[in-house]
Amino acid sequence: MDIPYTVEVRRDTGLNNGKIGIWLFLASEVMLFGALFASYILIRVGAPSWPRGATILNVPLATFNTLVLITSSVTMVMAWASLMRGRFGTFRFYMGLTIMLGFVFLGVKYVEYSHKFHDDLFPRTNNFLAIYFTLTGLHMLHVLGGMSVNAYLWVVGGKMWKTNPAWFTNRVENSGLFWHFVDLVWIFLFPTLYLL
Amino acid sequence: MSDSAVVAPKAHVAHHEVHHEELGFWRKYVFSVDHKVIGIQYGITGLLFLLFGFSLMMLMRYQLAYPGGSLPLLGKLFGEGRMPGGTMLPDFYNELGAMHGTIMVFLGVVPLAVGGFGNFVLPLQIGAPDMAFPKMNMASYWFFFLGGVTMLASFFAPGGAAQSGWTSYAPLSVLAGTGQTMWLIGMIWLITSSLLGAINFITTTIQLRAPGLTFYRFPFFVWAQFVTAFLLLLAFPPLEAAGVMQLMDRVAGTSFFLPTGLVVSGQVVNVAGGGNPLLWQHLFWFLAHPEVYVLILPAMGIIAEIIANNTRKPLWGYKPMVYSLIFLGFMSFIVWAHHMFMTGMGTTMAAFFQTTTMIISIPSVVILTALIISLWGGSIRFNTPMLFALGFLPMFGIGGLTGLPLGLNVSDIPLHDTYYVIGHFHYVVAPGTIFALFAGIYYWFPKATGRKMNETLGKIHFAGSFVCMNVVFMPMFMLGLAGVSRRLFDGGASYDFAQPVLHLNVVSSWGAWMLGLFQTPFIFNFFWSIWKGEKVGANPWDATTLEWAAPSPPPHGNFTVAPSAYRGPYEYSVPGAAKDFSPQYEA
Repeated sequence: MDIPYTVEVRRDTGLNNGKIGIWLFLASEVMLFGALFASYILIRVGAPSWPRGATILNVPLATFNTLVLITSSVTMVMAWASLMRGRFGTFRFYMGLTIMLGFVFLGVKYVEYSHKFHDDLFPRTNNFLAIYFTLTGLHMLHVLGGMSVNAYLWVVGGKMWKTNPAWFTNRVENSGLFWHFVDLVWIFLFPTLYLL
Repeated sequence: MSDSAVVAPKAHVAHHEVHHEELGFWRKYVFSVDHKVIGIQYGITGLLFLLFGFSLMMLMRYQLAYPGGSLPLLGKLFGEGRMPGGTMLPDFYNELGAMHGTIMVFLGVVPLAVGGFGNFVLPLQIGAPDMAFPKMNMASYWFFFLGGVTMLASFFAPGGAAQSGWTSYAPLSVLAGTGQTMWLIGMIWLITSSLLGAINFITTTIQLRAPGLTFYRFPFFVWAQFVTAFLLLLAFPPLEAAGVMQLMDRVAGTSFFLPTGLVVSGQVVNVAGGGNPLLWQHLFWFLAHPEVYVLILPAMGIIAEIIANNTRKPLWGYKPMVYSLIFLGFMSFIVWAHHMFMTGMGTTMAAFFQTTTMIISIPSVVILTALIISLWGGSIRFNTPMLFALGFLPMFGIGGLTGLPLGLNVSDIPLHDTYYVIGHFHYVVAPGTIFALFAGIYYWFPKATGRKMNETLGKIHFAGSFVCMNVVFMPMFMLGLAGVSRRLFDGGASYDFAQPVLHLNVVSSWGAWMLGLFQTPFIFNFFWSIWKGEKVGANPWDATTLEWAAPSPPPHGNFTVAPSAYRGPYEYSVPGAAKDFSPQYEA
């Protein structure tokens, strides 16, 4: 038994199932991070004093990481666009690059975290660090999730591309939507935590 | 010779068309991707959790009726650490209280109403072969199962299960024992499960509708599940965020919910401080108020189906009911702080939230009124599902109307956290939602098994439950109005002012135990009817909606011929028609 509209779009909605599913998932993710940002605001306005992010955190490293994530979003689009043009080899190249940039991001984050721990700055130290570690930690889990899906598509892609190229392209597109969302969360996180 | 030559190719063709897959036991009944099997898994697990959660309460009711009394026989089973000599210790009472609430809401009613009925009925009612993402559907059940196991296992954690109430208010919960950590992890599994389910329900409803089934031809049940799925999708993540923060507070030593200078047992707690206990309440109720509608909307959906079917009339005011439903969904996101009038959040906030609360009561009343008016002039069939549906209407009415004084800031202050509140929301959920769920089980049982449940046992079950529910919950209003607080280990026995009403605790407790007794006909009926119930065809209730076009029980893939919808959902007693029901699937 086959489920209809996994690949082709339903005429009256103009969408396939996966596309609706991923957008609903992102809506729920917005609520998750939205609640955390709201908590940040509530805790910050209730605090007698609040440190400027730049005095504790490493702004140049985070700026570099912002650029890394934005670049990875571009390579993600290139990966999908390659599939749309039917060029599987280029897809492999760009997708590989996207995953690699994910690793760069995580590496930089590792350096940042270990500096903090080395300076005896832990989540329990104060609420600024608590929200910093919670938000960036949860974001990092999302980066890892996105990378895992991308890696899966990168590894098994050859087989799926041969059997059902349209479905495979859709999957890459949906994975890309999630990756852009992860990127977007960081673009909100960076100024909120490091600059304000 | 010639006969077999003709028959053989036909058999071959039939075999090919059905595309019969031989699945092993594990793939067919345990790790199934079939929405009906998953629905039944959810339903049975949910029913077991309802029974378990109810048993916890029956145990607590002994302590409330006879404070400090030694529970005969059973009392010894719980060991010296929890019930020395059969007498309940306060910590154990708190464990039972917190876990009763958690289990009933998150592991009992919602899994049965949404996971069970939603999964089983919704794809059939929209004429779909399955859910849009069958594997995700399976994952949803197993995440729920993991959450349930985590919650149950927490009873064996050092210090026992969570003891801070189902609301887990900080800072109490942050400072509680290991059971609370397991509660939080369990909740994260459950939230993941409901997220996967919600995405699946919405996508399925939008994409897999049968040809001709426009949104205004949806049965009311489909609408109810559709709106509910949005509530689950958008309201649960903030609780997940709050859960992560509480986990950080407990495990990593942060102070999201711990204020500066927090003193516990005369000692200043050694934390950074600066946190806000109210933040937890806001995030919790941002989920938990929409959750109230998650509990009630599917129930309304079930009741609407059964009332239309058994009055042999179209629903009165289908479209206003649908608009009310959507409006309810939106409004449920902006009423949450009416649970927090006593926190000192200020009169401006209170005024806003009491206004929105009064507004949200309007669509609920519209739906209930439409259901009552639907009875007018109908030729009612008093079968078991209909009796439960008829029982639902006044019970939900009492539950809803007693909520109005709680929604107004001024009248909430004396009533807040008393037994009045317990009476109010139990009237909504227990004789309200749970009656609707029973109605649904009796109504769709023939679709799931091909057999009807026994009517006599069903009527005994209904009559007994109806009386007992009122015996349990009506005294709570009086206790509450007399000022007895909820969550008291002795049911108020240590307070002078409570003495004149304490006997009501005994009444309520005996009601609960009798209610337990009256569930035995149901349990027996359920299993007996699976094998011995009266055999029925595809459409035993002469109903109009699409699920009755499928065989009973439907095979994997549901319909033998893909159905189309030709008309609205409730065309009963159409003037001039040959029979008193015109199914959606008949051209």
